[in-house]
Amino acid sequence: MTSKNKFTSSLELMGAYILAAFWVLPLLYAFWAAFHYSNDAIHFNIFSPLTLDNFREAWSQAPFLRYGLNTFLLVSFILPGQLLISTLAAYAFVRFKFSGANVAFALVLVQLMITPEILIVQNYVTLSKLGLVDTITGMGLPYVASAFCIFLLRQTFKSIPKELEDAAELEGCSTMGILWKVYVPLATPTFIAFSLVSVSHHWNNFLWPLIISNSVETRPLTVGLGIFGSPETGVDWSIMSAATLISVAPLLIAFLIFQKQFVQSFMQAGIK
Amino acid sequence: MKDSVRNFQGWLLFAPAAILLLAFTHYPTITTFLNSLYTNKSVIRPRRFSGIEGYESMLSDPIFWKVFANNMWLALGTIPTSIGLAIIMALIVNKAIPGRGLLRMAYFTPTMLPMIAVANIWLFFYAPEIGLIDQAASIFGFESTNWLGSPSTVLPSIMVMTVWKEAGFFMVFYLAGLQTISPELEEASKLEGSSRWNYFWRVQYPLLLPTTLFVLINAFLNSFKLVDHLFVLTKGGPDNASNLILYYIYETAFAFLDISYASALTIFLLVLLALTALAQFLFIEKRVHYR
Repeated sequence: MTSKNKFTSSLELMGAYILAAFWVLPLLYAFWAAFHYSNDAIHFNIFSPLTLDNFREAWSQAPFLRYGLNTFLLVSFILPGQLLISTLAAYAFVRFKFSGANVAFALVLVQLMITPEILIVQNYVTLSKLGLVDTITGMGLPYVASAFCIFLLRQTFKSIPKELEDAAELEGCSTMGILWKVYVPLATPTFIAFSLVSVSHHWNNFLWPLIISNSVETRPLTVGLGIFGSPETGVDWSIMSAATLISVAPLLIAFLIFQKQFVQSFMQAGIK
Repeated sequence: MKDSVRNFQGWLLFAPAAILLLAFTHYPTITTFLNSLYTNKSVIRPRRFSGIEGYESMLSDPIFWKVFANNMWLALGTIPTSIGLAIIMALIVNKAIPGRGLLRMAYFTPTMLPMIAVANIWLFFYAPEIGLIDQAASIFGFESTNWLGSPSTVLPSIMVMTVWKEAGFFMVFYLAGLQTISPELEEASKLEGSSRWNYFWRVQYPLLLPTTLFVLINAFLNSFKLVDHLFVLTKGGPDNASNLILYYIYETAFAFLDISYASALTIFLLVLLALTALAQFLFIEKRVHYR
């Protein structure tokens, strides 16, 4: 390598780190501000004293534990539902060439274009007729059938050789036994990839939960944080930073620990 | 006989998904369309068929054109920049360099944050006088700016935040794309003495075209679906300068209680997004051609 090349590559490396610094700074600042009094935080007094008061204050101003529980319940309702329903549907598409399967699949794909995010008005009307407004069930229901999940699993199931199924059948496996013992284990990577993408999405979802929830008992973290941050309450930056950190901590910590799996899941789900 | 059993079993397995999709995708799509053709029901008079009147008033509604233009500007202002940054990020972390894992984590972290939290953090940066940006600007003698409060700066401010949030997400797709390119190509181009710059434009960039198309369309769809930050930052203001279609739909339905008009707006958004997604299907079917 010539010295000129070395010079450019170290310049590039520096650029890469500077870009990364810009990308983490906003979050790092919020982290730093949450542990300092807001007067110090605003004026960047680097050597000012640390404090946990902001967390205490945020924690006492809003029931974050309850919000967190609601988010957890919401995700634990949506994800297993999505996996179960999509597995059955994908199996039907791949191994039962039922009459009208092509039309049915086209109808599934419609949801890739018309996502529940856009149908907020009418879905609210439907759920209020069902008496499910302000319930976790109502919040999760429009997302439980996921065209994306059905699509991903169908692609995966298709790649599983028919011989495996025949062998299982010879050994006396029932129809559902084949699904459970042959298809599901072989599709584990797809299940994991979709799960991580789905959890991140629904953990962070805001607009629909905002519309459908109107009490502490159902409000997820994002909505709780949205109300917390409303300017009318008079903003204290450090308390707000603390509240923001409390809200994002569970998913963020999970991401930092399983970083590689998360990134790979997003990759896999994207390529299909 | 066997056939009809399998037929029945197939439908039975598909039934749960079918019922939920019908209830929360197909049925609301149809009723939204129907509602857009009727006036609102009120205490003094029942709803009546009004045909395309709702759409006519949409086309003569200046706010509709304003929010639509905002959406298009937002797409134009964020997508090319995000894609450019995403390619650079992917090229960086695709190489064996020190601290590669940390870099990838740094670029990707904003993707994992809810938009509402991102807005909370950036709200402080944009605050007039005490905000980070104004404090930095005052060192250089610039005057204080109400970044989110003035119609000329609010949309660009939101664009910067959006690029920060999304670039790392798009990076992932480019990373996946880069990994499908055979390393032999790089060795061959090195042997021929071609520069890295050349290698990128002649080999990597063309091979990444399908990725770019995929990201482009998804970024466009996302830019219409993501409005969470408006609730914290601006509520669409000042004077609708930062309002977006989906937020306008939310306001129309849940604040002004005008279901009929909200339905017409929803149909507009729905057709726009469906056509875009359809274009994607057709393109993927053909695959992008490169020489």
